Order: sequence, then structure tokens, then C-alpha cells
Amino acid sequence: MLERGNRTFHRKKITTVFFLCTAVLFILFLRLVYLMIAKADYYGGKAVELHERERSIKAARGRIIDCNGQVIADNKTVCTISVIHSQIEDPEKVIEVLCRELSLSEEYVRPRVEKYSSIERIRSNVDKEIGDRIREYDLAGVKVDEDYKRYYPYGSLASKVLGFTGSDNQGIIGLEVIYEEYLEGQPGTILTVTDAKGIEVEAAGESRIEPISGGDLHISLDMNIQSYATQLAYQAMETKEAQSVSIIVMNPQNGEILAMVNVPEFDLNNPYELPQEVSVSANGEELSAEEKQDLLNAMWRNGCINDTYEPGSTFKIITAAAGLESGVVTPESTFSCPGFIVVEDRKIRCHKVGGHGAEDFVLATMNSCNPVFITVGLRMGPETFYGYFEQFGLLRRTGVDLPGEAGTIMHDLENIGDVELATISFGQSFQVTPIQLLTTAASIVNGGRRVTPHFGVKITDTDGNLIETLEYPVEEGIVSEETSATMREILEMVVSEGGGKNAYIEGVRIGGKTATSQTLPRGSGQYIASFIGFAPADDPQVIAIAIINRPQGTYYGGQIAAPVIRQLYENILPYLGIMDYNGDVIEEE
Amino acid sequence: MVKKKRRQGQTEYFFDYSLLFIVLFLLGFGLVMLYSTSSYEAAQKYGSSTYYLMKQLRATILGLAGMMIVANIPYHFWERFYGFGYLISVVLLALIIPFGYESGGAKRWFRIAGLSIQPSEIAKLCMILFLAVVICKMGRSIRSWKGFAALMMLPMPIVVMVWKITSNLSSAIIILGIAALMVFVASPDYKKFVLLGLAGVAGVALIVFVIVNMANADGLNYRGERVLAWLNPEAYVSDTGYQTLQALYAIGSGGIWGKGLGQSMQKLGFIPEAQNDMIFSIICEELGLFGAVAIILMFVMLIWRLMVIANNAPDLFGALLVVGVMGHMAIQVILNIAVVTNTIPNTGISLPFISYGGTAVLFQLAEIGLVLNVAKRIQLKEV
Repeated sequence: MLERGNRTFHRKKITTVFFLCTAVLFILFLRLVYLMIAKADYYGGKAVELHERERSIKAARGRIIDCNGQVIADNKTVCTISVIHSQIEDPEKVIEVLCRELSLSEEYVRPRVEKYSSIERIRSNVDKEIGDRIREYDLAGVKVDEDYKRYYPYGSLASKVLGFTGSDNQGIIGLEVIYEEYLEGQPGTILTVTDAKGIEVEAAGESRIEPISGGDLHISLDMNIQSYATQLAYQAMETKEAQSVSIIVMNPQNGEILAMVNVPEFDLNNPYELPQEVSVSANGEELSAEEKQDLLNAMWRNGCINDTYEPGSTFKIITAAAGLESGVVTPESTFSCPGFIVVEDRKIRCHKVGGHGAEDFVLATMNSCNPVFITVGLRMGPETFYGYFEQFGLLRRTGVDLPGEAGTIMHDLENIGDVELATISFGQSFQVTPIQLLTTAASIVNGGRRVTPHFGVKITDTDGNLIETLEYPVEEGIVSEETSATMREILEMVVSEGGGKNAYIEGVRIGGKTATSQTLPRGSGQYIASFIGFAPADDPQVIAIAIINRPQGTYYGGQIAAPVIRQLYENILPYLGIMDYNGDVIEEE
Repeated sequence: MVKKKRRQGQTEYFFDYSLLFIVLFLLGFGLVMLYSTSSYEAAQKYGSSTYYLMKQLRATILGLAGMMIVANIPYHFWERFYGFGYLISVVLLALIIPFGYESGGAKRWFRIAGLSIQPSEIAKLCMILFLAVVICKMGRSIRSWKGFAALMMLPMPIVVMVWKITSNLSSAIIILGIAALMVFVASPDYKKFVLLGLAGVAGVALIVFVIVNMANADGLNYRGERVLAWLNPEAYVSDTGYQTLQALYAIGSGGIWGKGLGQSMQKLGFIPEAQNDMIFSIICEELGLFGAVAIILMFVMLIWRLMVIANNAPDLFGALLVVGVMGHMAIQVILNIAVVTNTIPNTGISLPFISYGGTAVLFQLAEIGLVLNVAKRIQLKEV
């Protein structure tokens, strides 16, 4: 019955079915062409995004190098320990090992190990040996990534200048903050390929985008000078039982800072460790987090830049320069000091009770005679005097390349009466930072060029190729060349025969000025002894300030601060090639 | 070989080695791709990378044995079972309700002695046999509207049962499609089918239109959502559109030459159970457009061989059996590739001979056996 023939129309229809199917398959082929060629990048890219997990690689932070090429901030290899939740096979073992090796509490580690996240950081800045040990356990899901940690080979030297870095290698204080953009570098990434559950696919390997190391910062600091200045500062602090001692050594010609000491310094490799004696509060109790942070901030504070003080007699350099420049006084002008001067209704005493008697301006400066300087100030009048402050750059910040520079605290012009003018003239009733005072003094004795104090000289790459030379503004003509020369002579006299004779070194021409000022608020019986000195006096190549804060016993700047600068110069002048002992000997013969 | 045999006069009959070769190639290729696709997931889930491969290999060997047996039974032997086959399909589908084994949220399988059997696969084969016999019996009455309508109504109970009981719309569509193609071949008319086709296209378009406009309504069932996910898979990435989008990622990653055999990333759990319906996307990813086209060409050749056999079948019954098989293969290949490439909304359809699935490969090989037997009856002298 079913043997009926297979007719022609059947064949036609079967062939039609075949071609219909082929046609549909051809359309699907075109669809595939569209998906696999036109949309390949789009879908392929999406797929790659889906498969890849990113881990970043820290860039090596740029080093900081002193003027002799000594590395003073370096990197050492440390490890970051993280866990990848989906890969952990034995969470208890992982928790146990991490707690033990990293000395962490279980309450800290457990939630991080058990947290469902793609990657969880347990701890960074782990020593390489500990990292290697953890790696040897070969625990599934524990990742040990090497990266860099800041390391300061000189420990506490120049701590408040250099600053340190935080857990992400970012600068926290000091030069590390200011030059962050040069030092930080660009982090790289490790891309790993994972399956849908986040498990790494071994065969796929890793693709790396290499990090770019940060640039090396070359600074003008000389660690030899810094180190010696630090010794002197500690010596002075200890013998005088002072609260703190600051020393800045600068090249007055270009503003390059050779040393900046603020003792007590702190250990840059353990910046969060308070000194033993302050780590417990007075009644022996543990410090609160807030108290501790306050103490740390105080410990990190750079007094030369962040704090202002009443300069006292060292400010007479500025008064004298302004007086000479304005013409109200010449070196030959004569004065008479009865031991006091009456300004309006007030009697302001000279430090020498009996008075200095008749003296010319040079002698008055050597004597640091207050009535004379008050007279000079009053002769100029507030407008002129104030105008010189502006001209000298005293009212602006110096622009030093350290964070948090404090501004000058000065009366407003309209509030300066004769009494204020008189006190300003000998350096009281206002405040400046040590760096400001030093920079202004340097600018007066260097021929009248207002320099910008700075550390940063240039940036190079790791191989030493120059990336950028750092430049700083210099303002010409803040005082005339003649005034500058006169000031150098007068200040040399101060050291050779006047109040600064404790800074005198045989065979070297040194100029300088002493100061003794009271700590503010007044009446505490505490003083600040200071001295600014430069050498050689005829062509200053180095200028330094020493500030001894709250010394016990003798507190006169000429008695205790000037010797510090003398000791400093005795050592660093030969080192800098400014003083040649042998050369002098030959000349004398 | 054929010519040689003819010359020697050993046999006057024909054995379609080309068809056999194509099928063996697809099976071999399928096993390789199945291993490549499933090994990672199998190793994770069952601890043995060859878990799926071994199961499929067993079914394939069994299927090949079955194919050789069927190929040697004269196809007219099956004629008498057409009613029984239909009945068996109905009974088995009905038995799913009390005895069905649920997997992946759908009740589609029986588990007998560790083997899972899918009645809808049996129903496909039975439907081919049933319709071939019925069409031959109807003779010329098929040309009338009434005969045509009656013929179209006959498969409906099975279609509805497959759809509703096993909630397997794809298989229902395939059975309906096979029936439609067989009726199309049996009837000399074109106009009716063109009209029917147009009506079908219009109906589908209307349904899509309605669903898109209902998109804001909450009452949309999951099929409606699948249509929306089809139109914009990236908006439904968290659920309905996920699989489709992952398949597109795989296809797109392949490019022209592919990533190389075994190099697929998407099979690493991104496409769940990629060895089932989505295996073609992994073929695209690993072997690229080149490999995908090669596979499509193999299927075109398969359909071409089936066409040649159908055209040369000694009688209408044989021809219709082969047309049924041809329809089955063609529809599944087309729908599978269309789903994988997001050309139509997502619905689970496996790729013949390649996708993982024991029952499917068993019955597909039985169908090929049937075709081989029809081919054997071709008298070469008449060709």
C-alpha cells in the first residue's frame, strides 16, 4: 500500500526544503560574520573585562639624595599580604598562620579572611623575611606581593625636613609631601585571568603593566654639615638644658639650605613612636588617641618654619639696613645713650643699665644699643620703616619648599604708633619664623638679592638623567650694593670686636648679630638666645642661625648661641673650602 | 568504491558512505568539543574532567550500534508500528506527570537504571514515522483543505503535551516544524504554505509587539521576559539575558580564527553548562568564524545528503521518513545557531550530534540508521 512512487513534485518540494534551510543557514552565517568581525572587539573586550582581575603594583618611590650624592631616603623591599576569599581552602589554617606570623589578633584577621570579597588586604609593609616565610607555607588563597617601603639610612638626621611616608607610601610631612608628585611614580598593574568564580587560570599567565619609578630628588642639604650641626645642637640643648635648639645653615647667594636642624629630632624609620618620657601622661595613664596624635604632631613640627618667635636684637640687622638705605643714619652718625629712651610716655631701657654713652652707629650696633636703634626707627617713621619691611620681603612668606610655613605676625601699619615703632626697631612686639629672619639677613648681606630658601635642586630619573632643574625666584635690589657692603662691615665689627665676639675665629672674617629675646607670653623668665652669623664677611658664602629655646642659666645670645655658630664654622668652613688653615699659615710665615 | 562494486556486480544496492562519514565526523568533532567545553566544569564538579565525555561516549557507542541495527532492518518493517508509536509517545509524556525526574527546574526525564531518558526525543522519532504512514495512506485527499487541516491537527496532541507537560516549548516547536515540513513535501500546493508562512510571521511579529508594549506590566511570564531579553540582552544581564550575553561574549571573542582549541575562557563557568545548548558559542570562541563555518557546512552537507536520499527513495514512504529526519536535523541546527547568536529569543535547543545529551544522540543516530536503510533500497541502476 505504501509502495506508491516518489513523484516529481515531491522531489521539487524536497529540494525547496533543502534550499530554504541552506538560505536560513546562510543568513545565520551572515549574523555570525557580523558578531565575529564587526562586533568582535566590542564583545571580546567585554569578555576580557569579565575575565581579568586587577592588582596594582606599587611604583618605587623616588629617592632623596643630598648634595654629595648620599642617599638619605631610600626604599627597601617589603611585602603586602592579602587573601583571595574564593581561593582559600583551609580558612582556619590561614587565620592561624597570619595571626602568628604577622602578630595580629584573631579578631582582626578572621573577618578579613572570611569576608566575601575578590581580594582583601591583611597587612602591608611587612618585612621581606616574614613575607618569605608566609610564602613558604604555600597556603592557597594567600598572596604575598612585594613592594617598597621608605627607609631612611640616617635615622633621625634632618627628620623634620625630610619627613616620612604613610602606609600607601604617600608623603606625610616635609619634603616627602612637597615633592610628592615627583617622588610618587606611577603604579603598575598585574592583570590575572580568572574563571567565573574568581579562581585564577594558571595557564593564562599574567600580563603586567610595569610601574614607573618616581624621580630622585636631589637636595642642597649636606649630610656632613647636617650631622655636625645636629651634634652641636644636641650639645647646646643638653648643656643649657634648653627645650629645643634650631640651626639653619644656608648659602646666602642662592638660598640653598645646607642644614636645617631642629633638636630633638625623631626617628624617621619609626615616626609614630613617641619618646619614652612623653609616651605616658603626667599621672602615668595611657594616652588617648587624640593626645597621642597631638604629641606626634608636636614632635614632627619643624620649628624653623612652622613656628614664629620674637627675634630680638638679630632684627637690628633689618633696622640698620633700612636706616642706612633711607639715609636717616650713616655709619658715622653719632648718638648718646643714657641707658634709656623716652618714647611718648614710656621709658624704654637699654640692656646696659648705665648706658653706652657717646657712640657712633657702628659702635651702637656692636653694643646692640636699644636707644640708638629706637632713634633710627623713629627717624624713619612707620610708613618708611613698614615700606622697607615690604621691600625686604619680610611680610611675605619666604616660599621655602617645606609645608606649613608660618607667616610673619606684624602690626598693621595704621596701628603702629611711636611705642610700637620703637619696640619693632629692636626686634620686639612682633614675630617671624627663623627661616624668614635668616633669609632676610642673607638678602641684606649678599648685595641686596632676596633669595628663596630651598632644598630641592633637581629631579633625575633612577639612572641619574636630568628630568627637571628646580628654579626659584630671586628679587634683585631690595637694598643697594653700598648699604649691603656697609652692613657686612658693621656686622663683621660686631663679631670681631662687639657683642658677637664669641663667634670670632682667628683668620676668618665673620659677620653676625646676637639676640636675646623673651619667650612669649612675657614674664615667664624664659629666654630665647640666638645668633646669626655669615662668612666670609666680605663675600658671604654661608650664613647660619642658631636659636636656643629656653636655656637654663646663662641665656645671652652672645654667650651661648654665638659659640655654637663658631664651633660650626670652625668645622664647616674648611670643609666648604671657605677657610684654609694651611693657606693662612703660609701667609703668616 | 560505489563504481567498483557496480562493475563487479556484487550488489545492485547503494550504501551512503558519505552520509555515514558526515555523521561520524560530526560525532567525533562533537566529542572533542564536548571534552574541551565540559572538562573544566566536570573536574570542579565531579573531580573528573572526562565525566561528561564518558557519559556521552557511552551513549554514542550505544547509538552507533543502534544505528547499524536499524540500518539493516528494512524500513517497511516499522510501518506497522505507526499507531503504536503515537500511543507510546502519549503514554510516556503522560507518565512524566507522576514519574518524571526533575532537573534544572523542569520535569522532562525518566530515570531508568541510571540512564535518563527524555520522552520528547522519542516523540520526535515516532512523529516522523506516524506522519509518513498517515500521509501515504491519505493519498490524494491531502490536496483538499480538509485533508490538509486534518493532517495538521494530528500532531497537535503530542505538540501540546510536550509543551505543557514537559514545559519544553523548543521540542514542541521542533515537532510541529517536522510535521509542517512533511506535509509541505507531501502536498503539491505552494500557495497554502506561503500564506501559512506569512500568517505565522505576522503572528510572531504581533506577539513580539504586544510583549514589548506590555513590558511595563508586571504580569509578564518568563517567556515574555525572554523576548525582551532577546531584544536587549544587556538590560537583562542579571537573569534572563545572562546566558545570551555570555554566549555573545564567547562568539565575539573568537574573531576570525578563534582562540585555539581548549582556549575558551567563557567555558570556565561564565556560560553555565556550556556543553549543552550553548556549545556552538564555545566552538565559535575556540575555532573562530572559520570553525563555525566549517560546522555549518558539515550540517549543510548532511541536509544535502538527506535531500539526495529522499529524492531517490524508492517510494513515498521512504522519502517522507527521510524528509522527517531532514526536517528534524535542519530545524534543530537552525534554531540552535539562531538562539546562540541571539537571532531569536533564548529557548533550549541542542545542536544535533554535538551537544551533550544521551537520549538525543541515541535517537538522532536511530534516525540516521533509518535513513541509511532507505538509502540502501535505492536502486543504482535507476539513479
